[in-house]
Amino acid sequence: MDFTYHVEGGDFTNAGSTSSEVKRMLKKLGVSPDIVKRTVVALYEAEVNIVAHAYRGDISVDLQDDKVRIVLADEGPGIPNIDWAMQKGNSTASPKVREMGFGAGMGLPNIKNNSDELNIQSEVGKGTTIEFVNYFTK
Amino acid sequence: MTVEEIAALVQGEILGGEEYKNRPVERIFASDLMSDVLTLKDYDNLMLLTGLCNLQSIRTCEMSDIQMILIVRGKEVTPEMLELAEDNEMIVVRTEFSMYKTAGILYGAGIPPVY
Repeated sequence: MDFTYHVEGGDFTNAGSTSSEVKRMLKKLGVSPDIVKRTVVALYEAEVNIVAHAYRGDISVDLQDDKVRIVLADEGPGIPNIDWAMQKGNSTASPKVREMGFGAGMGLPNIKNNSDELNIQSEVGKGTTIEFVNYFTK
Repeated sequence: MTVEEIAALVQGEILGGEEYKNRPVERIFASDLMSDVLTLKDYDNLMLLTGLCNLQSIRTCEMSDIQMILIVRGKEVTPEMLELAEDNEMIVVRTEFSMYKTAGILYGAGIPPVY
């Protein structure tokens, strides 16, 4: 099953609504609670990143029998140095993002901690694509 | 200790989810940084104590499977926040006390921290 959602940059009111829908869907399908939590925490962090840093983005959720594959592709400034951004504490977030309780440089490391496979591609001036996979059984 | 007992200790009011006031609280995590809340491992009956009062504090609880939230400094909780909390079967309590005072009272009452 494939689902696609649209996210607008700067729209903090709706930030997390996709993660919320995906959580409901995974719970309904009977995925174990710890995998649901890992998946939606990673997704929520990545969704907030689009709202915080990009102009807009699309989230694709591909549900398979044994795993969920989620791709978040945004149009935005991109990440000049992914290794730097992956280090805890490094962030370029605006004061507005920090007011919302984010922007402490913990998002990308937390996505890594909560996913089984993670791939980040970014081009400065174009945007960033984050793809992660979580398996339902280990 | 139940949510209702905690609310009494900090002279708090229950703003939403009154039907969950008898839920037990086993641990409390205090933070205004939602990124930090999202790093928590699974704990049953965990309450979030926070001064961050916006939709993202409720969303973060939703993603973290936290269903009890205590907001300090009497901050305004919007109808949208309460609606989202209700959708997720959360109880929302608010106190006029500061984060420091609230944490001190609840720690002194024997509720353990996460770390």
